[in-house]
Amino acid sequence: MEYIISVLLSGISVGGQYALIAIGYTMVYGILRLINFAHGDVFMVAGLIGIYLSATLPLYITIPLVIIMTVILAFVIERVAYKPLRSAPRMSVMISAIGVSYLLQNVATYVTGGQPMTYPTIPGLSATVNIAGTPTKWVVILTPILVIILVILLTQLINHTKVGMAMRAVSKDFETSQLMGIKINRVISATFIIGSALAAIGSILYFTNYTAVTPTIGALPGLKAFVAAVFGGIGSIPGAVIGAFIIGICETIIKALPSAWDVSVFSDAFTFALLIIILVFKPTGLFGEKATDKV
Amino acid sequence: MLKINDLKVNYGGIEAVKGISFEVNEGSIVTLIGANGAGKSTTLRTIAGLVKPRSGSVEFLGEDITGMAPNDIVARGITLVPEGRKIFADLTVLENLKIGAYMRKDNLNDDIEWVYSLFPRLKERSWQAGGTLSGGEQQMLAVGRALMSRPKVLMMDEPSLGLAPLIVRDIFTIIKEINKQGVTVLLIEQNANMALKTADTGYVLETGRITLTGAGEELLSNEAVKAAYLGT
Repeated sequence: MEYIISVLLSGISVGGQYALIAIGYTMVYGILRLINFAHGDVFMVAGLIGIYLSATLPLYITIPLVIIMTVILAFVIERVAYKPLRSAPRMSVMISAIGVSYLLQNVATYVTGGQPMTYPTIPGLSATVNIAGTPTKWVVILTPILVIILVILLTQLINHTKVGMAMRAVSKDFETSQLMGIKINRVISATFIIGSALAAIGSILYFTNYTAVTPTIGALPGLKAFVAAVFGGIGSIPGAVIGAFIIGICETIIKALPSAWDVSVFSDAFTFALLIIILVFKPTGLFGEKATDKV
Repeated sequence: MLKINDLKVNYGGIEAVKGISFEVNEGSIVTLIGANGAGKSTTLRTIAGLVKPRSGSVEFLGEDITGMAPNDIVARGITLVPEGRKIFADLTVLENLKIGAYMRKDNLNDDIEWVYSLFPRLKERSWQAGGTLSGGEQQMLAVGRALMSRPKVLMMDEPSLGLAPLIVRDIFTIIKEINKQGVTVLLIEQNANMALKTADTGYVLETGRITLTGAGEELLSNEAVKAAYLGT
């Protein structure tokens, strides 16, 4: 029983971390119809920034700086690699995103020498607490709570502020939004800023658990978060969050199955099998809207 | 007020507008009529800043606004009601109106009331999603949304498109009413009959060139216009 509780808790926590990354995918897709392949690598860079900053700075400065620097990185990526391609075919922008993804990985390899870097211990998060007799890291408890708070804030922003209204408008129709006087590029930048800030928070929670940052470590959580976003219906924020929790929990359960069954190594394959099955039965994902063709 | 000088615009690889000049005087209703592909929409889209002209200029209140970004043009007081209405279907009616005033930072309540007084139907539906409105209501919302930016010049791209004749008449009544309240109107239409009856001045556009100019009533009785656009 204790084992089951601890598996579930860690599943929820992993899901929460995927959720923070998945929101960035789904928001950018919602506005630009772009799968931002570089997003997972931005997440990795956020991890590295945390390591290098914490070497000299106290944590209470490191953590906000990680978020700020990650946001700046994402802003610059959008302006340099995506904005010039605004009227280009979608495929070109996607290729540009793949290019940025490899650039970030290569730069990370260059900077770290390809060695796994150890993420700093954040005292509050790494400390253990007993939940129903199971020793659990604080980060495991904190992640889902933080995710829920952030998602509520984000939903409020999107539904009840002027910039949120502009985001909803721009995601439907660039040209008419421009006719309203909306500066499209600002709204797109805002989207990248929100997505990358959440990914930076996700990186702090994730690497507190997994501790080693390598140049390619963003790929797998990035990919799973993307799967979560598609699973939930890409473009939908609640969809991405729910998808991420489902994937995180399922994956952790499979990893925790008795070793005699020998299935735990297939947990990643399971994630993608799940995606395929969902897409066969519901191509738009859980909360995806039907693509409306313009007449 | 608004002066177009020898405007040439390429659109989709062809020269859609081949050097047109016309003028819109303050307080007037001006219409460009012409067949599909004559370059009417391209002209309005160029004035609105969505398309950059190849050459020529757009002058507004003495200022050269050629090639400015759409938001700068809206800020100067020219707003386009796009073809096909382009209501934000997921936003409520009220949100659609608010987004029309996106550039403004002052209080919108008076303007919202003004739009509701022009279109009482919108008030009844203010919490409904824009996409649930009928075609005529959507056209009203599109006009109301454009008015929220407090335009000096309201440009309308085919407001009668796809609407029942009775609704079309309502829309044109409203256009006259808005004009009476001090908004200059630049209108393009395939429904030449309605447009010319409403307009002070009309221009006939054929394959990117202006071929005829005159007062609305004058063009209505012009034999060439009758034959080509009025079917009488």
